Amino acid sequence: MPDPLEIDAAILVQGLVKSYGDVAAVSGLDLAIKRGEIFALLGPNGAGKTTTVEILEGFRQRDAGTVSVLGFDPGSERRRIKGRIGVVLQSTGVDPYLSVAETVAMYAHYYENPRPVDEVVDLVGLTKKRNTRVLKLSGGQQRRLDVAIALAGDPELLFLDEPTTGFDPSARHEAWEIVRSLQALGKTVLLTTHYMDEAQNLADRVAIVVAGRIVAEGPPSSLGGRDTAFARLRYRVPVGLDPPAALTGVLDHEGFMELRPENLTTTLHELTGWALDHGFALDDLQIMRPSLEDVYLRLANESPEGSL
Amino acid sequence: MRTLRLTMVQIRYVNKAFWRNPASAFFTFVFPLMFLVIFTSLLGHGEVRLVGRSVNMSTYYVASMASFALISACYTNLATSVTFQRDAGVLKRIDGTPLPASAYFAARVVHALMMAILLVAITVAFGATFYHATVPSGSALAHFCVILIVGAASFSALGFAITVVIPNAEAAPAVVNATIMPLLFLSGVFIPLGVNAPSWILWVARIFPVRHFANAMQTGFLGTSFDWVDVLIVAAWGLAGLMFAVRKFNWEPRT
Repeated sequence: MPDPLEIDAAILVQGLVKSYGDVAAVSGLDLAIKRGEIFALLGPNGAGKTTTVEILEGFRQRDAGTVSVLGFDPGSERRRIKGRIGVVLQSTGVDPYLSVAETVAMYAHYYENPRPVDEVVDLVGLTKKRNTRVLKLSGGQQRRLDVAIALAGDPELLFLDEPTTGFDPSARHEAWEIVRSLQALGKTVLLTTHYMDEAQNLADRVAIVVAGRIVAEGPPSSLGGRDTAFARLRYRVPVGLDPPAALTGVLDHEGFMELRPENLTTTLHELTGWALDHGFALDDLQIMRPSLEDVYLRLANESPEGSL
Repeated sequence: MRTLRLTMVQIRYVNKAFWRNPASAFFTFVFPLMFLVIFTSLLGHGEVRLVGRSVNMSTYYVASMASFALISACYTNLATSVTFQRDAGVLKRIDGTPLPASAYFAARVVHALMMAILLVAITVAFGATFYHATVPSGSALAHFCVILIVGAASFSALGFAITVVIPNAEAAPAVVNATIMPLLFLSGVFIPLGVNAPSWILWVARIFPVRHFANAMQTGFLGTSFDWVDVLIVAAWGLAGLMFAVRKFNWEPRT
């Protein structure tokens, strides 16, 4: 854990616990998110991501643990946080009969120092729809309006709960651009997602949540030790040749040998030597590191209650 | 002062959204007039005996439908619309912003009051034109304004309170009508109770606020005497509704 007194922390959570009746939603979760960071909570449905975020936003009361959001306790000092955070919930509505600009303007009124309405509308790419009634927006456009409303008050910290669920691929890439532009504005962003690529593309750091606990945390490139994990080596065994013991692993039905060498350099040296000796080309040679998805699936399945 | 400013802003948007929803605006305004025409056509030719005097039935209905109009705007409409907003997640979103809850409540109540005044004015103008109803004036008008404001605030508070027991938006019209329709009948709003009404009906009418409200509204039209007890009972119901709503109000969908 980082030092809790660290002054640049936007969110600090220690030992967070929350149950609904007999069902434990969050069971001992720790989190430290720096200002200016994009942080992703990645996990399967029902892992406790939304519960965690809704506790941080002040919608739910926790059962145990300490929580600090921008220096305040969202459980008892929610009033002091509301004006400084922006919230995109998983499902929320707006009045269908107001226009995009009217809706953003209405929410902007609630804040002390709102961001100009047209600027916000432009930021989420709804300028052409500014005078369209909410009723007539597509699902993706409504989601952008959600982000616009969350930005109306020019918050320091943004919560995005599954911001792109149900988007088509191009809409998701556009949404990612919006989130990146938020970081450029100096905002801190906490997002939840069950999309691997979303966490990988957007987040500075990712925490994998399974069964109410964080099972791995770090930058997407090194999460779960994937940068240092043993690589997998695959090559096609030429017909009629028997590989030496050092190059023998598991042979699949396509004729590929797969192994996880402890020392990649030595094994590669042996393999290329063997290939040269017998005069064949290693056309299909592959070296693979575990993807974020591999790490995620492994962690999600290792956990006793984890399921996908 | 911030709450007051936010309330004013909020009223503007509530009003915009109200008029742009054609169905809700149309029915809120057309229902009372339609009922006025129907009841007057069916039953409006005789006289009705009230305490010590008899009045023309059509005049009686103008007063009754003005009461009905206010209850529609403040109780029925507000409860249904707030439940829809709750289920659509609008309220949860508002709860996540710095808008004080009191500003949200106040804006809805004031807007309902404005709609009620407009509705009552239309009903009275309609009644005066077509049924020669007396328009309240002088001290009767002052009393009329008092009961109009107290009634609008109280029925709005009860509208907020009833949302607590409405499970979801689909059930809203059913629950709201099931609670108000029987009372409108049992309180003599649709059909005058007359002298020979069964005593259980009179008791129901005495306990709930609808009869007291309608009585007070009638004084402006029928020249009956204004009783402050009626106003107090309506206000007491409103206060109880408000206290219940403040404690139990749901900002999130219930299911």
